[in-house]
Amino acid sequence: MASITMDNLGKVYTGNVRAVSDVNIDIADGEMIVLVGPSGCGKSTLLRMVAGLETITEGTLKIGDRVVNQLEPADRDIAMVFQNYALYPHMTVFNNLAYGLKNRGFKKDEIDRRVREAATMLEIGKFLDRKPRQLSGGQRQRVAMGRALVREPAAFLFDEPLSNLDAKLRVQMRVEIRQLQKRLGTTSLYVTHDQLEALTMADRLVVLNGGRIEQIGTPMEVYLRPATTFVAGFIGSPAMNMLPTAYLRGLVAADALAHMPVAADLVGLRPEDLSLAPAGEGEIALTGQLMLLEPAGAESHLHLTFEGIKDTIVARLPHVPDVQEGSHLTFSIRRDKLHPFDQATGKRVA
Amino acid sequence: MVENNRWGNLFAHLVLILGVAIVIFPVYVAIIASTHPPGTFIRGVMPLLPGPNALENYKTVITQGRSQAGTPPIGGMLWNSFVMAMAITIGKLSISLLSAFAIVYFRFPFRIFFFWVIFLTLMLPVEVRIVPTFQVVADLGMLNSFAGLSIPLIASATATFLFRQFFMTVPEELMEAARVDGAGPMKFFKDILMPLSITNIAALFVIMFIYGWNQYLWPLLITTDPEYYTIVMGIQRMVTGGDSEPLWHLVMATVVLAALPPILVILFMQRLFVKGLTETEK
Ligand SMILES: Nc1ncnc2c1ncn2[C@@H]1O[C@H](COP(=O)(O)OP(=O)(O)OP(=O)(O)O)[C@@H](O)[C@H]1O
Ligand SMILES: [Mg+2]
Repeated sequence: MASITMDNLGKVYTGNVRAVSDVNIDIADGEMIVLVGPSGCGKSTLLRMVAGLETITEGTLKIGDRVVNQLEPADRDIAMVFQNYALYPHMTVFNNLAYGLKNRGFKKDEIDRRVREAATMLEIGKFLDRKPRQLSGGQRQRVAMGRALVREPAAFLFDEPLSNLDAKLRVQMRVEIRQLQKRLGTTSLYVTHDQLEALTMADRLVVLNGGRIEQIGTPMEVYLRPATTFVAGFIGSPAMNMLPTAYLRGLVAADALAHMPVAADLVGLRPEDLSLAPAGEGEIALTGQLMLLEPAGAESHLHLTFEGIKDTIVARLPHVPDVQEGSHLTFSIRRDKLHPFDQATGKRVA
Repeated sequence: MVENNRWGNLFAHLVLILGVAIVIFPVYVAIIASTHPPGTFIRGVMPLLPGPNALENYKTVITQGRSQAGTPPIGGMLWNSFVMAMAITIGKLSISLLSAFAIVYFRFPFRIFFFWVIFLTLMLPVEVRIVPTFQVVADLGMLNSFAGLSIPLIASATATFLFRQFFMTVPEELMEAARVDGAGPMKFFKDILMPLSITNIAALFVIMFIYGWNQYLWPLLITTDPEYYTIVMGIQRMVTGGDSEPLWHLVMATVVLAALPPILVILFMQRLFVKGLTETEK
């Protein structure tokens, strides 16, 4: 068990490719931090820097209170779960789990005990004699987890461990990994590009973009108060709608937007905050034309065009309304649900 | 693609059988010839049925060789060939595995340059560099020794190249997982890379063994002591040595015996490739 401290970490690959800059994260002991961001934003690079698989070109990394910048992965007391599992194909499941322990000179009965314990925990006990190729994707994923577990490391590092599984299994494994992590209380760093995975699993979320941190916070903080337009667009599905403040001012009574900071020239509206109920106290009304209605069982997505705005605005309703495509609909939204941004800097204003 | 056409099938089988027959016939002739008494061949008629002298002929080549032509009993020569072929095979495999490992997994200066240097040696088989190589081996006092027979033939660009190609298909994550699991480079090589390469190693083993076994020119040049004669050059001495007509029945018996070890190696190694092929990883 240990904390992980990243102090101004940066990575420049040979050929002057900058992948990560100025990353400062303090991961508390036992905390689960999820790194999330679009493809190519440097998530894997950062994780691999922590693992020791990629050299650290700037800053310092501490695990516990040791600076580990120069240490080999094996000496950092971490375990990693790879996206493609990276199981040793010629070894049985048992040996896959035991290999790291053998290399560290554990006694035979201690290895045996730990492997069986991990196998029971992950319900892979009956596969111990099989080779990885004789397992399904989900079972391989468990073996990969097991290989990390048996080591009882100070930290787990996960690089998109669920992205090769089908949707249903992904949800199930997500829950299992999170429960296991909570039970063991092992500090974890988890990389994903799936925002739902990020929101559900994280103690704290780190949103990366272009190698820089956009925001760090609990999932609810990030969802409720996105710090930048990038985070606003990335977290939440469907993505947050953006409207120019000037446009809104033209629609509503002068004092309705009085609470908006002056610098805010862009307003974000979450699709789920729009409702078909008539606007009441503290709410504003917006009328748009329905272009497309997407029913999705328990909810529906309405794609609307607003006069004078070229982007489509999406509303998400918790039911499927009985409306015609092409008709004009009036939505209401609470004033305090408007997210004020400064378009030039992309930052949230207040 | 596969049509159930009877005539097509029949035709395909005929072609295949003909092909096999063409390959098998000389072997058959050699085996038959080795069973006939001395004079049969001189008469110029090729018998197609086994003769009565099989046991006697084989006994002669195994116990006496052809002493008047200076050829020792073939047991020793078979052993020499075996030692030479094994030394070449094992040497080639270990050197090429290690150099491919270095080229694929380590970043050192002029890596690509060294790769191409190794690759260029493909253009320099023994026959091309035979004079300088002989000089070196002679100066090092390695004439008439197993070291002289095998060491100059060990370097292998082909095998290095093949292993390099194979190692490049091994996912990099395996190496990373092994690093996290506390395996250093040599441990990774031994515990993970070698077992994964076993099919390739078995296939190359057979090829290299036969290459070593069939060496002719090189042993002929550097061995003058019958103690170090290999079987392939022994066959040649039997044909040309002495004043009398070649004793074809004995030559053929020797040929048949000389072909046995490579066949045994193939049979033995075959189990390894079949295992490797049926257990291919996804
Ligand atoms: N070995 C390398 N050499 C040079 N540049 C690299 C190297 N590896 C990655 N990069 C670059 O660094 C950036 C970050 O890559 P990284 O793999 O960390 O992205 P990622 O966030 O994990 O993306 P994904 O979600 O697609 O896995 C990318 O722009 C990539 O092109
Ligand atoms: Mg990645």
